[in-house]
Amino acid sequence: MNASQSSRHRRVGDSPVIKWLLIGIAVAVALALLIVPLLVIFVEALGAGWGTLADNLTDQYTLHAIGLTLFVAALTVPLNLVFGTALAWLVTRFRFPGRKLLITLIDIPFAVSPVVAGLLYLLLYGRNGWVGSWLADYDMQLMFSWPGIVMVTVFVTCPFVARELIPLMQQQGSEEEEAGVVLGASGWRIFRTITLPNIKWALIYGVVLTNARAVGEFGAVSVVSGNIRGQTNTLPLHVELLYQDYNIVGAFASASLLAGIAVFTLAVKGFVEWRQTRSLNRLQTEETAQ
Amino acid sequence: MTITVDGINKRFGKFQALNNVSLDIPEGKLTALLGPSGSGKTTLLRIIAGLESADSGRVSFSGKDVTKLHVRDRNIGFVFQHYALFRHMTVAQNIAFGLDSLPRKQRPSKAEIQKRVGELLEMIQLPHLANRFPAQLSGGQKQRVALARSIATRPKILLLDEPFGALDAKVRKDLRRWLRNLHDEFHFTSIFVTHDQEEALELSDQVVVMSQGNVEQVNEPTELYARPDSRFVFDFLGQVNVLSGEVKHSRLTQGSAWVTIPGIEHQGNVQLYLRPHEVRLATAPVAHANLPLRIEAVSLIGSEVRVELRPEGWESEGSDNIWEVGISHAEFNQQRPTRGDLRYAVPEVGHLFTGKDTQPVTVNWDEADLSPRIRLIN
Repeated sequence: MNASQSSRHRRVGDSPVIKWLLIGIAVAVALALLIVPLLVIFVEALGAGWGTLADNLTDQYTLHAIGLTLFVAALTVPLNLVFGTALAWLVTRFRFPGRKLLITLIDIPFAVSPVVAGLLYLLLYGRNGWVGSWLADYDMQLMFSWPGIVMVTVFVTCPFVARELIPLMQQQGSEEEEAGVVLGASGWRIFRTITLPNIKWALIYGVVLTNARAVGEFGAVSVVSGNIRGQTNTLPLHVELLYQDYNIVGAFASASLLAGIAVFTLAVKGFVEWRQTRSLNRLQTEETAQ
Repeated sequence: MTITVDGINKRFGKFQALNNVSLDIPEGKLTALLGPSGSGKTTLLRIIAGLESADSGRVSFSGKDVTKLHVRDRNIGFVFQHYALFRHMTVAQNIAFGLDSLPRKQRPSKAEIQKRVGELLEMIQLPHLANRFPAQLSGGQKQRVALARSIATRPKILLLDEPFGALDAKVRKDLRRWLRNLHDEFHFTSIFVTHDQEEALELSDQVVVMSQGNVEQVNEPTELYARPDSRFVFDFLGQVNVLSGEVKHSRLTQGSAWVTIPGIEHQGNVQLYLRPHEVRLATAPVAHANLPLRIEAVSLIGSEVRVELRPEGWESEGSDNIWEVGISHAEFNQQRPTRGDLRYAVPEVGHLFTGKDTQPVTVNWDEADLSPRIRLIN
């Protein structure tokens, strides 16, 4: 575009001053709020050398916290995978009264503060709660132990899979599944050979997000876990404990682990998104090539 | 296999989609369900298929009640309007899906399935596209694959939901002819849903006209066109010119227009329905009719010249107040009608509605009644 054209068709942000000013602000904010803090974590964690980092990470309590966090995630992700898929199937393939309400209800965990969620679970399932006191009669304790942590984590992360699937399944419609059933396929065969391949990438994306949140959840877990070192301490809670103990290097070592998981998650997420757009683009170019 | 539908009712909330519909579909015939959108034709097709369940009523195939039978076990072929091909499977895998889904005991061997898919690909003339994905096909190719897929398991019944609705005119015409041949070759009992009158009349052995959840009329295409039972069928099947007015002493009058109706005893308000080909155009009024019209437009495309005219000194029924008359190209070349010319419509055959819900009476104006004047003109 030459100069005379650009002066005639000037739009907001066309002037180089504004353009570079905006880019500058964006870069500065990203650096100050995102990149530098992330770097600081790794710098601090490695400040006393690799040996100290390894020592801190192989600490008995840290190892337990890592184990518990992975255990919680390993239970949460499959639970929400099944729940989210079933829910998305329900609200996109059937028409029933209250369907719209259900779609709205899925978002509750996003709207409610995790601390409030934790508190609700504590009031309901705690030793003095409605359900908790009844369970206590059978010698079952949910709060201040791992089942409670899993419960709140499931609650906090349950919208991710469903939210990814619902728009996609709505857009795809149920005609392919109807075609499958007319051709005599069983329900399981239809799900396995028609539905699942169509929603595969959205499902993986939902799982990645669920996993990231399950590993990093702090608020709700901190209310119901009781922070018992070596028993109910997850990695995010462990970071806080170490920090309060003035074990700065230890806190940063554990934090670097969480940050590492986050970076890895972002990489996987990026890859999945790239795959999704690539397969979409391929379909589109093939369609236009006709 | 005959299909019998008996007293089907279906509601969607407050909307009555089907209202006590009963129907007999003869074996080996191609039947069209024709109606405007919202008439319940697709719902009826889906109930016959088992994709939708009726609130009450029964569906039977060759006398066997299948109302409670699951779609999966009805062994029908169903073709969807938007093809519904499995997007992540190749053309060959799509066609093989029905055979692969058969219970183990009935399922042919892998080699047999492959052979059958090959035959079907030959039949739809797309063997070179076996390994393509649906997104790589054109609309017409997709619909042919969908057809091949639906008949792979050799069903006795083939149901098609607006099979050509999403295709352009040229492809639609080719596919129509191809479907007709396919039907004649395999002798399915087929039902297809359409809102296109031309398609229904051209393709089918029997047409079921539906409106607002009711069956209006069932008949062969030629009979249906020649003898519509009701105003709805008349209006829906092609263009119609209407003169409504009062009959006094066997003369129907409205404004400056009048038509003599031989042998009518009825007095009072009536409507005269005339098809475009049942009217001629003359340059002067004739003894039995005076219907002055001014030419609005002349369309030469097609096997017939279509002339649109506006009533002069009277009004046609219908919102657009336009009459349409078809004349041959030979007539056109003789008379050279142009926009703005005054012409007189000469009815030859008409259909007279005397009451609200009555069947029409066919009126013939005998050639002998025509004045010699008009014969000189033509």
